[in-house]
Amino acid sequence: MVTAMKESRSDKLFLVFIYLFLAAALVVVLYPLIYILSASISTPKFVSSGEMWLLPKGLTLDGYKLVMQNPKIWIGYGNTIFYTVLGTSINLLVTLPAAYALSRSDFIGRQFIMAMFLVTMFFSGGLVPSYLLVKELGMINSIWALILPVSASVWNIIVARTFFQSTIPKELQEAAHMDGCTNMRLFFQIVLPLSAPIIAVMALFYGVSHWNSYFSSLIYLNDEMKYPLQMVLRQILVLQEMTAETTGASISGDIAAAMNNKAEIAALVKYAVIIVSTLPIIVVYPFLQRYFVQGVMIGSVKG
Amino acid sequence: MKESVEIAGPEGVDLQQPRMGRSPGKMRRLASGKSTWSKMLQNWELYLFVAPAVLYFLIFHYAPMYGIQIAFKNFIPAKGILNSEWVGFQHFERFFNSYYFGDLLWNTLSLSLYELAIGFPLPIILALAFNEVKNGFFKKSVQTVTYAPHFISVVVMAGMIITFLSPSSGMLVRLIELFGIDAPKFLDDPSWFKTVYVISGVWQNAGWGTIIYLAALSGVDPQLHEAAIVDGASRFKRMLHINLPTIVPTISILLILNMGNVLGVGYEKVLLLQNSLNMESSDVISTFVYRSGLVNAQFSFSTAVGLFNSVVNAILLVTVNQIAKRTSKTSLW
Repeated sequence: MVTAMKESRSDKLFLVFIYLFLAAALVVVLYPLIYILSASISTPKFVSSGEMWLLPKGLTLDGYKLVMQNPKIWIGYGNTIFYTVLGTSINLLVTLPAAYALSRSDFIGRQFIMAMFLVTMFFSGGLVPSYLLVKELGMINSIWALILPVSASVWNIIVARTFFQSTIPKELQEAAHMDGCTNMRLFFQIVLPLSAPIIAVMALFYGVSHWNSYFSSLIYLNDEMKYPLQMVLRQILVLQEMTAETTGASISGDIAAAMNNKAEIAALVKYAVIIVSTLPIIVVYPFLQRYFVQGVMIGSVKG
Repeated sequence: MKESVEIAGPEGVDLQQPRMGRSPGKMRRLASGKSTWSKMLQNWELYLFVAPAVLYFLIFHYAPMYGIQIAFKNFIPAKGILNSEWVGFQHFERFFNSYYFGDLLWNTLSLSLYELAIGFPLPIILALAFNEVKNGFFKKSVQTVTYAPHFISVVVMAGMIITFLSPSSGMLVRLIELFGIDAPKFLDDPSWFKTVYVISGVWQNAGWGTIIYLAALSGVDPQLHEAAIVDGASRFKRMLHINLPTIVPTISILLILNMGNVLGVGYEKVLLLQNSLNMESSDVISTFVYRSGLVNAQFSFSTAVGLFNSVVNAILLVTVNQIAKRTSKTSLW
């Protein structure tokens, strides 16, 4: 009895330690996020002096007003939405049928095709040959350069294939064939309606990668009107190009008067722009988390 | 619809007939054992299904592999890949003999090993901790919050780092000053670059990295725990001797993949955090390839550098996988 008591006490202590550890992880990850949110609606001088450390101080929406007045951000936003929708649609059109075909055990040549895909995960032509290819194809400064070179990812094809393999019963396919159903109809009218979760997972994975990508626009685009949001963000956040142009050409009189310090305007815009650009993902993420996690888990089954 | 079956049907039978005629179990064989050709014909649409993906990989992955040959040529865009003259290993020699070769290799290696040393164990520890806590509001909130930074874009991440570490107003700088320490100029000081890179990466990805381990942990047989409890094993001991061994295969697979990518430090984040002051510790092979290849248009030379990088990665992956195969039973193939 005594030993049992002792052990349960040490178990309790261990559990307390675990909870403390997780709580610490929570604080470390959450704090910067809350800080940015608060800083975006606080008066800049409180932020830079350190007086604002958790909750907003000197509430102001000027940062957001400046962001809203910036035509570059609007154009970038529009471009990003367009690229994300178009890119993700192409991704789905390429990935889902291929993954379904590769999931069929009666599909002759699947090992060969799968191997051909897998090789590209471990060996690639590299940055420069890929760039030269896109150039050769005449896609420089075209939106296709952002979309076609990333039409599919091997990893996502594997995830979708694993899903089809494990959820579409073989009997269903055999029965459909017995009834004279073609593969085309089988896929579109029977398999796809049963595959809503994987379509969601794929759309999310591809969508997020399009939304967040900046490097291909950096190397392939030279027309600023085509820049996606991430390129505009790069100018504001990283290159710190705080010219009148990036902070909004026509800052309305009252805001300009309220903030005589250019650096303060810059800082305020930064926090606001982080929130504005990450907002769509932050808002949908908690509702879709289940799907994201599912995607990783399906992939890990046969990774 | 019906037509296609009628087409596929007779043809399938036709192809089989010579052999089938002699076999006794004709009907049974007809239903199950069709020849390769008839199967392929019957499933012709499946080839249509993979066609776009196959085309994509041929064009955007295999064609650049063909383009690798410019690493051994003096590529002149006007002449094209085929007509540029061969120069052998000249570009490789130039790279190996250059004064920056040692620095680049060291920066790439140390950055990725540093990242591996800190970033690899943390998700494992975090996953084991999650597994000890029962499902509920607390666990869910911690998971939701720690997964979230994974979705922040590299640009925003770099922006956050720059803003938080700004010497004049950065949040982290203020925090450090609170303890009475003079904060270093993190981003302008070469000795701090790698730490900033690694810690921010851990902040962003440690939570997300737990998912794969949690999936493996959900497969632990509860009977093992029950038996261990009867034997008086403490929670900590059960975690160490039941839960951890369960995820060892997952750990080894991920470790193999990571080791195979030791020279594969990506340019995306490094490029954004790089500045002229921290260059001496922040310049890695991939950013060097970007700069010399795309900014300075030394196509052949930078292709050679990139090729060196991917060949080393491929060799490392195969070697580590081979070692893992010998020592444990887990391997990629």
